[in-house]
Amino acid sequence: MARVLLIEDDPAVQKGVTLALRRRGHDTEVAGSGETGLLALDRYRPDLVLLDLMLPQMSGLEVCRRIRESRQVPIIILSARGDELDMVVGLEAGADDYIVKPASGEILEARMKAVLRRVAPAQESDRPVAGAEDFAALTIDRTSLVVAKNGTELALAPSELKLLLFLSAAPGQVYSRQQLLEQVWEHSFYGDVRLVDACVMRLRAKIEDDPRAPGYIQTVRGFGYRFGPLG
Amino acid sequence: MSSPPPPRTRTAPRKRSRLRLPHGLRARLVGAFLLATAFGALLTAGLTFQQARSAILQRTQGSAVADLRGQLDSLAPGLAFPPTTKDLRDLALQLDQVGGHRSWRAAVSYQDAPLVSAAPGPAVPAPLRSEVTREGAAAYQRVEHDGRPWLALGMPVLYAQDTARTTGASPAAGRPGPSGLTVYVSFPLDDDRADIAALVTAAQAGAAPALALALVPALYAAGRILRPVRRLRGGAERLAAGELGTRLPAHGSDELASLTRSFNTMAETLERDDAELRRMEAGARRFASDVAHELRTPLAAMAAVTEVLDEDAASGVLPEDTADAVRLISEETRTLARMVEDLMEVSRFDAKAAPLHLEDVDLRTLVTKTLQLRGWAEDSRVRTDLKGALPVRVDPRRIDVILGNLIGNALRHGRPPVTLTARPHAGSTVITVTDHGSGIPADVLPHVFERFYKADAARTRSAGSGLGLAIARENALLHHATLVAGNTARGGAVFTLTLPPAPEEQP
Repeated sequence: MARVLLIEDDPAVQKGVTLALRRRGHDTEVAGSGETGLLALDRYRPDLVLLDLMLPQMSGLEVCRRIRESRQVPIIILSARGDELDMVVGLEAGADDYIVKPASGEILEARMKAVLRRVAPAQESDRPVAGAEDFAALTIDRTSLVVAKNGTELALAPSELKLLLFLSAAPGQVYSRQQLLEQVWEHSFYGDVRLVDACVMRLRAKIEDDPRAPGYIQTVRGFGYRFGPLG
Repeated sequence: MSSPPPPRTRTAPRKRSRLRLPHGLRARLVGAFLLATAFGALLTAGLTFQQARSAILQRTQGSAVADLRGQLDSLAPGLAFPPTTKDLRDLALQLDQVGGHRSWRAAVSYQDAPLVSAAPGPAVPAPLRSEVTREGAAAYQRVEHDGRPWLALGMPVLYAQDTARTTGASPAAGRPGPSGLTVYVSFPLDDDRADIAALVTAAQAGAAPALALALVPALYAAGRILRPVRRLRGGAERLAAGELGTRLPAHGSDELASLTRSFNTMAETLERDDAELRRMEAGARRFASDVAHELRTPLAAMAAVTEVLDEDAASGVLPEDTADAVRLISEETRTLARMVEDLMEVSRFDAKAAPLHLEDVDLRTLVTKTLQLRGWAEDSRVRTDLKGALPVRVDPRRIDVILGNLIGNALRHGRPPVTLTARPHAGSTVITVTDHGSGIPADVLPHVFERFYKADAARTRSAGSGLGLAIARENALLHHATLVAGNTARGGAVFTLTLPPAPEEQP
């Protein structure tokens, strides 16, 4: 059971999604615009935000950026726009996942579950909790799920944290984007790998000294990404 | 127009024409011009030559006649009648001597007696003799002797009616009677021939520069006429290449200017029609995209609750009819959602907004995932035949769409088992999806990849959106792959996807 804030202006979608989520045992608060959504964020303190992109007045992208300025609450964009560009722009604004309408309650549930899981499923059971690990200037604490750089705690969105935890658990190991999508986002094999690229980009902006010459999250051309090796 | 411009066929004929004699308009115009000039020059020269020649000869004849008459006037009165042969020879000799610069040869005859001459000369031609005898007046004739032109002159000697005038052919002097004495002289026309030859030389010398000079205005005129023709050709070629904004300047009021104006009108009409067609086509595509888009929001609300409907329909709390209705609505909502999804995908292809994200993968992994995703992994109706590693460079999501649609189509329209095989073949990868149904009828085969194509107009719609194979084909084309439909020897349908060799990766 999760507390979900649905920011969506269409009454039918509001009703449908609320109904579907309530059936699955979630508590839902509805905001009809970006402005009321931001207000409800403080009052309602949701576990997760479902965000429509085409909102009256303040756009969904703007709402997404505003939320990310102060919070690490998981954000899933729920949009009727399925073009790649819309998706990339939404992800760059800080969303953790992107669902194209129409989506069944089943899909909504699966994606929400994946985002709400604090670590990747592969890491949940079989890895002993190791406490804080240091990687050059980066400190990753797997118990408290805190990442710090030079002693300063970093504000990472859930997907960013999960990706970093997953990659740093096996430094030097190369993962294809499909693998990361399946492991971190729990998408099917054919989900959109842009999701991975956008998240890597955002993560690099936060942890790398020079995001254009990354040291922590490295690109392996034609294969995917790996953590390190750190020079 | 959206139809492609016709292939250019200009190069080949042009190459061939280089080997032949030039037969372009320019060559023809210059040729005609020169011909006209040459004809004019020839005509002028010919007439001038004719006139000059006859004038020269007339003058020579006239002066010779006058000379002879003068000599006879002074010599004939001393002649006794009837003259003896010796008298005649003397007369001829005297005439030869006074001939002076003309150096003529004289011959004299009395009545019809043979000619008597003092020195050998060209024979007096018989026609001249008979003419002089017949006409009783001076006559002349040109003859050829020793390869030179000569003038033979015959003159009868007349008695005057009164005393003084004894010779001459002047009818104004009354009616003089013939004396029976006829004098003939022949002299060469060498000087005249030289004069005439000079005339010919002058005509020839004038004609050659005239022709050369005529070439200049000929080329100029040809150029002036041909410039608009060349411009028209260039314009037509640009138009054919798709530059519908092509317009040509039309000056003047001649035929070429009006042709240019017609060309411009044609280009204008073409451009307008093209713009209109494009606008309509873009409008139609946008409309399809907009419709699909607008359907998404209500569908989003409905799709979110289909599971609620399913659960309640299955719970048994609803009356049976209501439960059936609810199930129907739930099922059709899912179909509608799939259809809208496919429609969106098709409109992305139409808008050329379908991106291709190539990755190096093993085709076996792709096939396994596709089967898993669609619940066919444990399905005995679907078999795979993949041997060895099949490295391909493709967009995995799009290949999944192709394979999913082909297998789904085979399960719906053919008969199981559906077999998927993949083999490397000469650098390409060939994937076939075969079913064991009755195959695709020959009249349907060319249309299977068309959107919403229904083999039987009366047939109720199948579970597919009617866009599955069209989308599969578009995805194949995006990979520069081919997707063809056919039938196996045993009657089942077979779809063959041929992926081209992976392009070399750019460094």
